[in-house]
Amino acid sequence: MIVDLPGFVARHTPCFEELSQRLQRIEQAPDKTFTIEEAERVHYLYQRAVSALGQISSLPESNELRRYLEALVARAHVELHDSRRRTTPFRPIRWFTGVFPRTFRRHLRAFLIATLVTILGAVFGGFALSVDDAAKETLLPFSHLLGDPRERVEAEESGEMKGGSHGTFASYLFQNNLSVSIRTLAFGLFWGIGSIVLLFYNGVILGAVCFDYLRAGESLFLAGWLLPHGATEIPSILIAGQAGLLLGRALIGWSDATALEDRLRALAPDLVTLTGGLAILLVFAAIVESFLSQYHAPVLPYSLKIAFGVVELLGLIAFLTFGGRAADSPALPGRQYV
Amino acid sequence: MFERVDSLAIETGDGVVFALPLAGVMTRFLAWLMDLVVVLALTALVSKVVMIFALVSADMGQSLQMLGFFVISTGYTFTCEWRMRGQTVGKRLFGIRVVDAEGMRLRVSQLILRNLLRAADMLPLAYAVGGVSLLLSSKAQRLGDLAAGTVVVRVVKRELPALAGVLGDEFNTLAEHGVLAARLRREVEPRVAEGALAAVLRRNSLDAEHRVLVFKDFADHLKSVVHFPEQTTLGMSDERFVQNVVGILFKKERLKVPVRRT
Repeated sequence: MIVDLPGFVARHTPCFEELSQRLQRIEQAPDKTFTIEEAERVHYLYQRAVSALGQISSLPESNELRRYLEALVARAHVELHDSRRRTTPFRPIRWFTGVFPRTFRRHLRAFLIATLVTILGAVFGGFALSVDDAAKETLLPFSHLLGDPRERVEAEESGEMKGGSHGTFASYLFQNNLSVSIRTLAFGLFWGIGSIVLLFYNGVILGAVCFDYLRAGESLFLAGWLLPHGATEIPSILIAGQAGLLLGRALIGWSDATALEDRLRALAPDLVTLTGGLAILLVFAAIVESFLSQYHAPVLPYSLKIAFGVVELLGLIAFLTFGGRAADSPALPGRQYV
Repeated sequence: MFERVDSLAIETGDGVVFALPLAGVMTRFLAWLMDLVVVLALTALVSKVVMIFALVSADMGQSLQMLGFFVISTGYTFTCEWRMRGQTVGKRLFGIRVVDAEGMRLRVSQLILRNLLRAADMLPLAYAVGGVSLLLSSKAQRLGDLAAGTVVVRVVKRELPALAGVLGDEFNTLAEHGVLAARLRREVEPRVAEGALAAVLRRNSLDAEHRVLVFKDFADHLKSVVHFPEQTTLGMSDERFVQNVVGILFKKERLKVPVRRT
């Protein structure tokens, strides 16, 4: 129990104070790179502090000193123990064109499951509307979709519904779609079930709208209206669902003996990559929806809009299939969850 | 059920364990409220600024206002935590910080993820799910923290304790009674010794009334363990007595023990 605490403190104080000052400099400029000499010196001082902590941690009497040392060691530990630090600077274009599609492909099964769930929802939505027309009010949360499709098409084609607030509309669409995507991802925290529910619900809405317009014989309008922005918007929501399912899978940990923390830690960069990628796709979708999708024949021929949508969809498929393939390697980091 | 802890223990590669004190629910709630006020203030400010663009185009002004609100409300926490080493304005005010659950450097991806997953923690309203998770989690983590591998800890500024000045001095008259002092070292329980040391170290942070009471309690207890001659302790304040005892317990100096000659 008895230790010469004043002597102990006096011997180690210069080392503690130097470590504290060096850490303060590092903390104030976190992006600054260590020189070898600096790193060695900090590491040496850290080892001295750890050793001192080891000496007094068996002595409950020295609580104040131990707390001081624990705080000092914790600060140094953060700075010294990070093998995960990025060694190359973040390059947004390379990330979007390479890392994003590679990450998408690595978890393709989760995307296919998200697509399947949405298709099932769409089938259910169409079926529900086919057997109960009154279900439209329940299934469709948007007032402008509740009316008769033929009347809407007539109004759109006659130019009655044109407004001039494209920027505001694009902003609204972007924030709405990104919020839906974030929720679809985040609800994956409920073991993936939340994501499945949201994907299914989105599918129900999509299916009900499509069925409503197809039943009214407005398939050309529907394709011309939905394809230009839907070609990127719908895959974006599906990618959010993919991320949510990955999250759920990692939480459950089927056929994976790794600790929960390790599974989540390994997955986190992929989730962020998928979310960042889909956010960029949604910006594009919002611009297209606001400035192109809302114009109909005769201003913009449906054939042109449909062709644009098809080209866009094929381009997206090509991008996600081949993007960053040159850098593909079996040694790429990341765990296969689904 | 998880066993709840009030500090996060991290073991270094050298096998030494250090602890980070975890932030409580109420502190985090107050920090969040503070951040809410900051977000509202920033939003109001940005709204005023972007309305200048409305003079050029009403659509542009409205569009920027909408985007500004969205960017601030969703990006404020992440940006602050990224640039301020795990703190927001609210967190800094209430002395808490986001750190990696393994004591390593926070990655940007961790901060993005813990903020993206707020959408689940906020369900059904007012962070109810996050609050329940925080209460049930052994490390006081909301769901976003669990997924991102982060915890929120209290930031406590620690100073190297100035031991030399408080552990008694050459005028420690108790140390002259070598046998009694040796008995004191043997008889005083470690937790009492630790408490007495903590009291001496923190005495200046106590108000006058509590300072007297705390040292009276310690002095009474210590005097009941070892009886020093009355003339030695006569006129000595309880605080000075405890300080001298702490000096005996924690200073490695030879005690004057009389040698019995035959």
